[in-house]
Amino acid sequence: MRVALVERPLDPTALLAEVADVAHGASALFVGTVRAVNDGRAVTGIDYSAYVAMAERELAAIAAEVVAACGTPALVVEHRLGHLALGEASVVVAAAHAHRAPALDAVRQVIEAMKRRVPIWKQEHYADGTREWVDPTRASGATPDAGAPRSVGASR
Amino acid sequence: MITVSVLLFASYADALGRSSLELTLAAPATVDDVVARLRALPGAERLPSRPLVAVNQSYTGAAAAVADGDEVAILPPVAGG
Repeated sequence: MRVALVERPLDPTALLAEVADVAHGASALFVGTVRAVNDGRAVTGIDYSAYVAMAERELAAIAAEVVAACGTPALVVEHRLGHLALGEASVVVAAAHAHRAPALDAVRQVIEAMKRRVPIWKQEHYADGTREWVDPTRASGATPDAGAPRSVGASR
Repeated sequence: MITVSVLLFASYADALGRSSLELTLAAPATVDDVVARLRALPGAERLPSRPLVAVNQSYTGAAAAVADGDEVAILPPVAGG
């Protein structure tokens, strides 16, 4: 098991190789990449920043939980920080297990928990020259509601 | 009196125009007291009354106590991945 925050381009193939073993009949890989459109706006790139010390701790805690839950120590997670261009990978999760179900579950559990718990933020750059911090708790098109950081979905 | 170091990130750092500051409060003090002091600063309109908070790198609630020397991080909604 290994987790890292890095400032260089991610190499999904290398992570897949890292978890590979003849004992594993299944390897699962998740790659998150920078998307060209978000909420109908043309995106040109994303700046990722983090509370690095806590993010590393939280990521390691998640990995340890998933390793225990899925019964495989073959799990590697890397998240990139800094400026990323369209199509570049921001996060890679690779897991392997003797069988496919735990390998797939492990990857899914890591990425879902990461999005909820790891203190990482992204500022999108748009084609019109503006930029904005992404707030996943704010429903698309809704009025900014700073008083409800954990609310998800519309409240009207 | 106790002194805590406050860390601000992303949109909150932009709003307050800085990423860290020190606050001195009357003891005993809670996370809520720290947030209330921050919300009185210029530019803090974007800071919710109940933001996500981590004390010494662990998530904690508004009623939790803060001690001298603690690192209190005020976290905007996380958006990794």
